[in-house]
Amino acid sequence: MEKHTAATIAFDEEREARFQRTLRAYPEKGAALLPALWLAQEQFGSLSDDVLAYVASRLECAPVKAFAVAEFYTMYKRERVGRFHLQLCRNLTCSLMGSEKLRAFIENAVGIQPGGRTPDGLFSLELVECLGSCGTAPVLRVNDTYFENITIERMKAILENCRKGTLPDPESL
Amino acid sequence: MKIISANFEKKDSHTLAVYEAGGGYAAARKALSMGGGAVVEEVKKSGLRGRGGAGFPAGVKWGFVPKGVDQPVYLCVNADEGEPGTFKDRHIMEKDPHRLIEGIIIASYAVGIHTAFIYVRGEYVFQIARTQRAVDEAYAKGYLGPDVMGSGFALDVVIHRGAGAYICGEETGLIESIEGKKGQPRPKPPFPAVVGLFRCPTVVNNVETISALPFIINEGAEKYASLGTPKSTGTMLFSVSGMVEKPGVYEQEFGVNFWEFLEKRAGGVKGGRALKAVVPGGSSSPILTADEARSATLDYESLAEKGSMLGSGAIIVYSEDVCLVRALAVITRFYAHESCGQCPPCREGTYWLHRIVKRIETGAGTMSDLDLILRVCGNMRGTTVCVLSDACAMPVESYVRKFRSEFEEHITRGGCRFPAETG
Ligand SMILES: Cc1cc2nc3c(=O)[nH]c(=O)nc-3n(C[C@H](O)[C@H](O)[C@H](O)COP(=O)(O)O)c2cc1C
Ligand code: FES
Repeated sequence: MEKHTAATIAFDEEREARFQRTLRAYPEKGAALLPALWLAQEQFGSLSDDVLAYVASRLECAPVKAFAVAEFYTMYKRERVGRFHLQLCRNLTCSLMGSEKLRAFIENAVGIQPGGRTPDGLFSLELVECLGSCGTAPVLRVNDTYFENITIERMKAILENCRKGTLPDPESL
Repeated sequence: MKIISANFEKKDSHTLAVYEAGGGYAAARKALSMGGGAVVEEVKKSGLRGRGGAGFPAGVKWGFVPKGVDQPVYLCVNADEGEPGTFKDRHIMEKDPHRLIEGIIIASYAVGIHTAFIYVRGEYVFQIARTQRAVDEAYAKGYLGPDVMGSGFALDVVIHRGAGAYICGEETGLIESIEGKKGQPRPKPPFPAVVGLFRCPTVVNNVETISALPFIINEGAEKYASLGTPKSTGTMLFSVSGMVEKPGVYEQEFGVNFWEFLEKRAGGVKGGRALKAVVPGGSSSPILTADEARSATLDYESLAEKGSMLGSGAIIVYSEDVCLVRALAVITRFYAHESCGQCPPCREGTYWLHRIVKRIETGAGTMSDLDLILRVCGNMRGTTVCVLSDACAMPVESYVRKFRSEFEEHITRGGCRFPAETG
């Protein structure tokens, strides 16, 4: 993955268009910070200091403000996550339904602890709060996709597919 | 009776064509011809209460917006759905986003609002895309935009994606977040209805509250108010999870027996085990013993009488083999993680409650810890800018008071006798 420096950072064409649309949606420029951070994270993979400085400059706000906001929200990533970012729910219903066991399984199978990323950059693991899917607990979110009613078997299948490079369709498991 | 979930089972229910084939957008048309004041009156008469957690009457809240101010007024639809146990708003966005949009038109017209933001939690990427597509369809059809349905009324709808913070479900945290800031709640008063988003009057309502409006306008306030009980009118979506046979979202008219509802709709306790306790309204609500759950009715009044609350309608069932100390350790860890940190009683209190409950769970607690917990809770109630602090203290007090022997047993045994997992 190429390294971005302050000088080379800029939204690509598609994101620049979305950024302009976002600016028009809010009566104050500063309000576009959350959507702008989403665009930046989507394009650059993480919100490094340089990326934050770029976003701040586009919104004419102090870099420290962008920094504080990026740190406050758990879904903004200051460091790159893996190609498959495993988000295992650790909240109430999921823990009743066996998420602890799944956590141990993933840690073992992938060889990382929560907060970690595999050396090859394939996986990262995060324990997250209630995903709003407790009726189908336990739940794992991989990148933007929900996998519900997870069992060890289904977990194995998900990891296997990821190792082959594709995120499986949850319906197909 | 299905109002909110009436379309959930229909094929392609999320499309404009299917919504309109079922009579969709007739209520918006009707509202636009009624005059804003009449719509507010109708919603007041319906008795509709907020489904986000506090149960405040929607029409009354709208009435707090000052009249004739020289400022825009905003609507914020709360789709943060962060209260653990809650998973109903996502079903509305997934399966019937046009009902939500129609409700937004009705509420906005009633209050004189020209810009509505839908604040959706960051994880709901699929639901955001669905809702955005529905918004686009509504614009294309002239149901949103500069001249809604040819009425001359202008309305824009903007979807704002959150980024992972429970506190942004609190209405002023949500407002801060839309403004591009950390979601740290503001002191009240002033209430958002007077000083809210971009310092302008703002109405904040939950997705489900707004989605009830088309029915109320179509069928009339009296029809809605005839459902349920006098103080809990209509129906509510209940998110049922935990140790039940059939977890899921169930729409139910208020006023039925609480436990019978769970037996009939969700199949009762999983695997025929005995019932230990029930969380009636999200993790912030005080726990009900099995006896209380059997004698309660499903409405705001009955749960308040039992010292708990209906909250967001998130019901979590605990069977006999669930360890309540472990459950409480999970709950307190969550609040400690989610405290925004600006008020010391919350920041410190949630941290210590988790430390103490955790040490009891692992067998390292002492009997004096139990009174210490209750003292810490006392210091967390009513002492902070928002009620996240109370939302942690309330359940903790109830678990310790109602199931004290289970905590004592952990202390005397030096650990837990329950199985590590129950699911
Ligand atoms: C910590 C905290 C979290 C909350 N989370 C949500 C939420 O995720 N969704 C929601 O609709 N209301 C939530 N609320 C309640 C809102 O503050 C507000 O009362 C509600 O959105 C008003 O809408 P309603 O009157 O239609 O219920 C939360 C409140 C607190 C204190
Ligand atoms: S507790 Fe895991 S999705 Fe709600």
